[in-house]
Amino acid sequence: MRKKESTFINMVLSLMVITIVAGFSLGFVNDLTKGPKAKAKLERKISALKLVLPEFDNNPVAEKKLIKSDKVKDSIEIYTALLNNEFVGSAVVGSSNKGFSGLIKIMVGFNPDGQIQNIAVLEQKETPGLGTKMKDEKFLKQFRGKDPSSFNLKVTKDGGEVDAITGSTITSRAFGEATQLAYDEFIKNK
Amino acid sequence: MTKNIDQKQNFLKGIIKENPVFIMLLGMCPTLGVTSSAFNGLGMGVATLFVLLMSNIVVSLIKTQIPSKVRIPAFIIIIASFVTIVEMVLEAFIPFLYEQLGIFIPLIVVNCLILGRAESFASKNNLWSSIVDALGMGIGFIIALTVLGATREILGSGSIFEMKFVSEDANTFILFILPPGAFIALAYLSVLFNKISIKTFS
Repeated sequence: MRKKESTFINMVLSLMVITIVAGFSLGFVNDLTKGPKAKAKLERKISALKLVLPEFDNNPVAEKKLIKSDKVKDSIEIYTALLNNEFVGSAVVGSSNKGFSGLIKIMVGFNPDGQIQNIAVLEQKETPGLGTKMKDEKFLKQFRGKDPSSFNLKVTKDGGEVDAITGSTITSRAFGEATQLAYDEFIKNK
Repeated sequence: MTKNIDQKQNFLKGIIKENPVFIMLLGMCPTLGVTSSAFNGLGMGVATLFVLLMSNIVVSLIKTQIPSKVRIPAFIIIIASFVTIVEMVLEAFIPFLYEQLGIFIPLIVVNCLILGRAESFASKNNLWSSIVDALGMGIGFIIALTVLGATREILGSGSIFEMKFVSEDANTFILFILPPGAFIALAYLSVLFNKISIKTFS
């Protein structure tokens, strides 16, 4: 078969056909993946909630509160957990823009006394192998059971009580800041 | 289209003689960018293999219908569509890998390996040869990225495929998981690869 001549009409027609086919197939795949995508996102949120909160039997996602704050761009999300209709704690999404590579978003779970139950990292772009160590047990365990009103969330270098990750002071600082923000909002909206 | 291609040679050339990363130095952006761990390299390699295979198939099927003056934009549209499909599918079904590869998935579009194979091979050869070519090149790319990722992970984090073999506090060569380490590791691996392949296959 011979190649098509590069006449104007041929060029326009062939590009048009290709773009139309490409457009339709993309739309089709988008429709297919829309459901699973939303589901995957929700599942990630729920698994984070299960990780940071004590046992609960309500649906915190359906009862989330959005709080406007001038410290961050998006509003802050607060999820309240109930067990037998009793308040057992809430999870606050704190964030900081001061990470080594921008935004760090974490979910902090508090029990009713304001102690940190657990922390889960939701979004981060830190250096693999360095800043990403904030997801490790070794770093996270120092926050558990601490009450930020008596536990200074700054790194030891800045006079606080947080042991920074070796080589990632900036990440640790941002992590502490995000936790502090979450705590402040938790206290304000208790 | 009468010339017969030895399919075995055609397949193997992508892995050894014309290895896209170590010999032809194609697709350096994802190669250097995502290979901070063996798993990331493998994931990127598989995603690229899929796009390469699909684009080679489509390009080889419609090659006679594309006027040669607009062939590059036509190829790019085809490649970009497949990349977008990969991105959506990954986000929906393998969110973990999607998070890891992040920005580098859209960048598969401008991976010159894929455009290069479409332009220099698939647009001139029949469907079967193009499929074999894509598989060979793609597997060569996967091997290269995984080896590079593993090297950097072993040296930089003291682990392989996330399995640690040094203690938690051990000092590792952090340099190797940072961007400069990518260049250094790639250079040494290329030298090694060329040395071995020249000795063994010539």
